[in-house]
Amino acid sequence: MLFDPMKKLMPSDNKKRGRNVLKNIAALTILTSSTFAFAAQVNTTGLAVTDDVVKVGILHSVTGTMAISETGSVQAEKLAIEQINASGGVLGRKIEFIQEDGASDWPTFAEKSKKLLVKDKVAAVFGCWTSASRKAVLPIFEQYNGMLYYPTFYEGLEQSPNVIYTGQEATQQILAGIDWVVKEKKAKKFFLLGSDYIWPRTSNKIARKHIEKLGLKVVGEEYYPLGHTQFNSVINKIKLKRPDVIYAIVVGGSNVAFYKQLKAAGINLTKEKPTLLTISVTEDEILGIGGENIEGAYAAMKYFQSLGNQNNQEFVKAFKKRWGNDIVIGDVTQAAYLGPWLWKAAVEKAGSFDIDKIRAASPGIELKSAPEGYVRIHKNHHLWSKTRIGKANRNGQYTVVYETADLMEPDPFPKGYQ
Amino acid sequence: MFDDYTLTELTSIFAMQGFSGLILFSIFLLMALGLAIIFGQMGVINMAHGEFMILGAYVTYLTSTLFETYLPGLFASYFFFAMIFAFFVTALLGAFVEWSMIRHLYRRPLDTLLATWGLSLILQQTYRSIFGAREVGVTLPDWLMGSFQLTELVEVPVNGVFVMILTLFIALAIFFLMFKSTWGKQVRAVTQNRSMASAVGINTEKVDRLTFALGCGIAGVAGSAFTMIGSTGPTAGQLYIVDTFLVVVFGGAASLLGTIASAFSISQAQSTLEFFLSGSMAKVITLLVVVGILMLRPQGLFTLKVRS
Repeated sequence: MLFDPMKKLMPSDNKKRGRNVLKNIAALTILTSSTFAFAAQVNTTGLAVTDDVVKVGILHSVTGTMAISETGSVQAEKLAIEQINASGGVLGRKIEFIQEDGASDWPTFAEKSKKLLVKDKVAAVFGCWTSASRKAVLPIFEQYNGMLYYPTFYEGLEQSPNVIYTGQEATQQILAGIDWVVKEKKAKKFFLLGSDYIWPRTSNKIARKHIEKLGLKVVGEEYYPLGHTQFNSVINKIKLKRPDVIYAIVVGGSNVAFYKQLKAAGINLTKEKPTLLTISVTEDEILGIGGENIEGAYAAMKYFQSLGNQNNQEFVKAFKKRWGNDIVIGDVTQAAYLGPWLWKAAVEKAGSFDIDKIRAASPGIELKSAPEGYVRIHKNHHLWSKTRIGKANRNGQYTVVYETADLMEPDPFPKGYQ
Repeated sequence: MFDDYTLTELTSIFAMQGFSGLILFSIFLLMALGLAIIFGQMGVINMAHGEFMILGAYVTYLTSTLFETYLPGLFASYFFFAMIFAFFVTALLGAFVEWSMIRHLYRRPLDTLLATWGLSLILQQTYRSIFGAREVGVTLPDWLMGSFQLTELVEVPVNGVFVMILTLFIALAIFFLMFKSTWGKQVRAVTQNRSMASAVGINTEKVDRLTFALGCGIAGVAGSAFTMIGSTGPTAGQLYIVDTFLVVVFGGAASLLGTIASAFSISQAQSTLEFFLSGSMAKVITLLVVVGILMLRPQGLFTLKVRS
């Protein structure tokens, strides 16, 4: 067997295990006497749960500009669901998914999420990628009391009772990264660069506050429209300002243009003069950028495909077996993979598919089988997780050079950083 | 902002900034030339221009994979072959599109906008189905990714110089074709008066098809060259389409000289403003100035008298 998550998912302490056994015995007795009562017992709010099937939704863009990024998340969620089904499902029920396409269009996301919650009555939704799409579906999830597992690292400043955030919020990614570059590379001057929308701007705001708190200097802060492809002027400006660190949060197609032009302009990242630190380039993006163009850059994230732990090796093997050998796995893909597992753990802890009970059960749930190592749900619905620094190599992978000793506490509303 | 720098450093930075402006000019011009021919000479609003460019980029990607696998010895020079392939593949698709779609719409110029927009969606989804939703990485020969070290501080990117030379070459070729060849005369005659041109024995259908194919072919070469500076994905063409139309419309739709003048002024304005302001502000100001000038001069910078 490739992967045996059941074993790892069993709650660690014996007391809980004992309770589960009791519950299973109780469930079996009910099952034999009246199956209908069984389904009704774990589902009191009319979700699409029958005696042997539970329906969930997958809501990502598979068409439009965001398809580039969201494809990996869809693959990860499907893999997790298949593995859960292979190991016996959730509370004895097989998971069936209904996939909807958000088509990179925020109103479409809202419409499709309403369809999933109201018409299909799914028990959980795994989906959304950009903050804009999450903000578009948020009122609908809150109105119809659904549960969304959201995979992307994002700017924070949000905490909904109807969302579990499986990616990192901004401070988890940023603070550890800057502390590392200051300590290890003796960085004093920073140049902040980003695409012009909420995530890079909020993140750079946190970065700037943190840099200034450390008594260091920001020598430039620049934003370029999404899809911008000409970075020669800003590269000249960087040369003029001579920062120790280029802190880059460029996204999408702009990324490719930025790193290619940086290299062509004679800034060799492997020389680390300046050092480039990014929080927006995963292995997925490097596919388009080309390993030879970004070699030597550092990224601060919670997951890299090259992580050496046992969980991750099994995960990568299973992922490649399912989706092809050439595939790469980035931070968000791994976070998306956690979604179905965290939901399963919450349902089993609650002994029910009811959204309110899942919500109550979620804080404190831990996942020892996570490819990134170990995660735990904080009471603010974000995950405790480690932050790592990876150095990009020529093959399009990151070599992990540092990881935080402890789990970073998620802090979506950081005091003193807003 | 310049207090802490020596004179040499400042001169070097400004020299490099000058080069950036010129490179941007070449890029804008290269993007716009194909469209200037199609929109300017034929009056077809080709919304699929960006997708034709990306087809060129994908052809480059395929050629690079082909050379990597079968002819690794010639890899350093594959880019030239890729551009030639890109030209012919996109020109061929252009000719097919003209035959199957555009020629039925010559009397309804606004409908070409809708039709070619639909075409752009079809092409995007086709790329997505064939190459996947993710961007593909085009491996470039190492010599294209370096930079010339002119002085200790002044570095000029090789690919920028390459694009400049390529643009110059294509612009000259187009001028020669348009103004010195018989075919160019026919194109201009059809532009000025289609029925009269037809009456004197010009095969207007053939001229149309060739013009459209040429415009698309140039878009393909541009797309091929842009693999050096930008991304290659199903929707990457959308990144270029706005700037392209801006350049062509600002220059005066039917004038190739206007396209050059407009590419030059927009690129210089943008590149200079980007250096002194931030990227988003530079774009805003450039667009405001263009809108302002177009309000005063709706026909664009240069105009050509055309019988309507």
